[in-house]
Amino acid sequence: MNNKLTLENIQQFDLDEFQEISGENIFACYQCGNCSAGCPAADFMDLAPHEVIRLLQLGQIDEVVKTNTVWICAACVTCRVRCPKGVDLSKIMEAVRQIVLRKKNNYVDLNKIESELREKLPQIALVGNFRKFTL
Amino acid sequence: MKRIGVFICHCGINIAGTVDIEKLTSQIKEYPNVVHVENYKYMCSSPGQQLINQQIMDKNLDAVVVAACSPSLHENTFRTSVQRVEMNPYNCEIANIREQCSWVHDDKQIATDKAAKIIKSMVEKTVLDEPLMPITVPVNRKALVIGGGVAGMQAALNIANNGYEVILVERESSIGGHMAMLSETFPTLDCSQCILTPKMVEVDQHPNITLITYSEVVEVSGFVGNFKVKIKQKAKYVDWEKCNGCGDCITECPINTPSEFEQQLGERHAIYRPFPQAVPNKVIVDMDECIQCMVCQVFCPTDAIDFNQKDSIVEQEVGAIVLATGYQLYSLKNLPEYGGGEIEDVIDGLAFERLLSASGPTQGVVKRPSDGKIPQDVVFIQCAGSRDPENHMPYCSRICCMYTAKHAMLYKHRVHQGRAYIFYMDIRSGGKDYEEFVQRVMEEERVVYLRGKVSRLYEEDGKVVVCGTDTLTRRNVEIKADLVVTATPIRPIEDIDQLSKLFKISINQNGFLTEAHPKLRPVESLTSGIYLAGCAQAPRDIPDTVAQASGAASMVCALFSSDQLYHDPIIAGVDEDLCSGCGICVGVCPYSARTLNREKGIVEVNEVLCEACGACSAACPSGAAQQRNFTDIQLKNMVKAILG
Repeated sequence: MNNKLTLENIQQFDLDEFQEISGENIFACYQCGNCSAGCPAADFMDLAPHEVIRLLQLGQIDEVVKTNTVWICAACVTCRVRCPKGVDLSKIMEAVRQIVLRKKNNYVDLNKIESELREKLPQIALVGNFRKFTL
Repeated sequence: MKRIGVFICHCGINIAGTVDIEKLTSQIKEYPNVVHVENYKYMCSSPGQQLINQQIMDKNLDAVVVAACSPSLHENTFRTSVQRVEMNPYNCEIANIREQCSWVHDDKQIATDKAAKIIKSMVEKTVLDEPLMPITVPVNRKALVIGGGVAGMQAALNIANNGYEVILVERESSIGGHMAMLSETFPTLDCSQCILTPKMVEVDQHPNITLITYSEVVEVSGFVGNFKVKIKQKAKYVDWEKCNGCGDCITECPINTPSEFEQQLGERHAIYRPFPQAVPNKVIVDMDECIQCMVCQVFCPTDAIDFNQKDSIVEQEVGAIVLATGYQLYSLKNLPEYGGGEIEDVIDGLAFERLLSASGPTQGVVKRPSDGKIPQDVVFIQCAGSRDPENHMPYCSRICCMYTAKHAMLYKHRVHQGRAYIFYMDIRSGGKDYEEFVQRVMEEERVVYLRGKVSRLYEEDGKVVVCGTDTLTRRNVEIKADLVVTATPIRPIEDIDQLSKLFKISINQNGFLTEAHPKLRPVESLTSGIYLAGCAQAPRDIPDTVAQASGAASMVCALFSSDQLYHDPIIAGVDEDLCSGCGICVGVCPYSARTLNREKGIVEVNEVLCEACGACSAACPSGAAQQRNFTDIQLKNMVKAILG
């Protein structure tokens, strides 16, 4: 179920900070959808790239973080090249990733992984799992 | 025997593809009265026209029939062309074998036979055609402009600057119209009054313009070049000859009442001028509010107050009329889901303009009407009744996207910490620098654009709760707003029906005045000599209004540039020997061109008013009403030829 947008949650997230991290003005986006139309990974994403921007415009970063989209984005910048408003969506995706990573949440407890399995896992997978796990 | 030449056009393959031209040519050759038949690939081309003219001279032709496309396209071309070799244009007829034949048939045999019949019937008509001369009418080079908004003022100034006299009639006591109420104009944010008032003064001081305000046109008769109008000057209860506009009476008047100019957000007195920059700078008395305490009379230094004044009628004769009667906003009363005008803090766009205006009731400080607090969360609702064919108005009001963006921007400029939310269905910002303006509002002002309509709103704890949706995120939205501004539809003025009857011009299903052609004659009405400008014709913004008004003015000047007007001589006359004076034709004539002369016992025709619709000819029981070159005998012969 989607939450209703009200004064309590519209744009209550610090958009100025977000703009500083990403360096992009998310309000430049007018939702034409060109980014999603051209994204080679869009089919694997829970939210299409343009939906990420729209939710961010309304300050709904929690909704974005819940999905796999920012982790699927490989920053190929096809969207940026085609964006009619010059919005670099890959930087926005990165900013969302940064915000998640900066919370320093560990999603995996190393001690709970069986030692046999642990030895087989590549280190990069472990590091990724610490921070990036999405629901 | 008339010597008729028939000229058949191939129109490339448009006609020749379906009609056997050679066969057709030989068939027509045999027909009585036809002395020459010829075909050519493009008859409307310059060589084609020369070919016709050459044959008229060589074969000494009396008349020609051009078998080609619809007469609505090239009748004028050929009629003008034959005049070069001294043929009367009305002896040149068009047989339409394209739209009515080749384009609608596949079978060559059938199409060819039909084309032959069409041409033969046209030949029959031509046999009895008479040479006609255009009817000439003198032109009264004086224009009447109705409506003193920006459209009417622009039209009046343009005509007056061309050296012609103009009478400008305005219903209110001051000119200026809606533009005088606006705060700043999109997309440049010019102060509306600052750019308008110089124009108002120019109108007032122009030697060629006679300004008649607080007046309405009540009667119109006559025709292009020769209109007669009666103008009712409403009683002002102030002698404007004496009034010097000092305003002493206004300050002393004890009565306060909501001001129409301030959209009921401010007050005025019973004796008042609508706004300080009013032109003419004179006062009027609102008799509905006045208690006749006579204080104004006491304080008036020029003894101008005159409670005995009555409505008066002035008559004027003019050659052309420009209708620039403007618009009104659709009342919020019609929108119960948006409070039906009952919620104080739900206002329309014009009211918000007054709240933003430096000369408005709050001196440009945005204060909400209910308690005068500065609103922190403002919701704007676009398409509040527009684009709603089921419940309200089907059309797009065209200016709301822009003025709502402007409202949100100006609000953010006035209230820096305030938040603005705009509910929209689509953003229509077609206009020079318009899209850039809207994008600036989104990008730089961070106005929250929410894509969806507001289903309803209601009052709760001093707030207005707005229930809408954002279809882009598939989320419903509920905003507890301090103030709601609706973009309600632009409507024609209240009494547009009367106006349309008065001037005998049509209105469309939404009440806007109808232009003669939507693409090619946008400033003319179907009644010649009457032109349209501004929102009376359709919703439009200031630049478009001014451009259209200038267009209408140039049409007026073109009309005034000649001494005489020419009217098509194909009209329905009266055969005085046959007319019994029954008067049936008088009733059926839609143009009021026919009148019954009771003394003579016959009907008389005003040739200039007749538009040759043929209603009288059909209705006349004695055959006295005959349309020139469309007589009963001609039509009978044509039918015979077709059935033949």
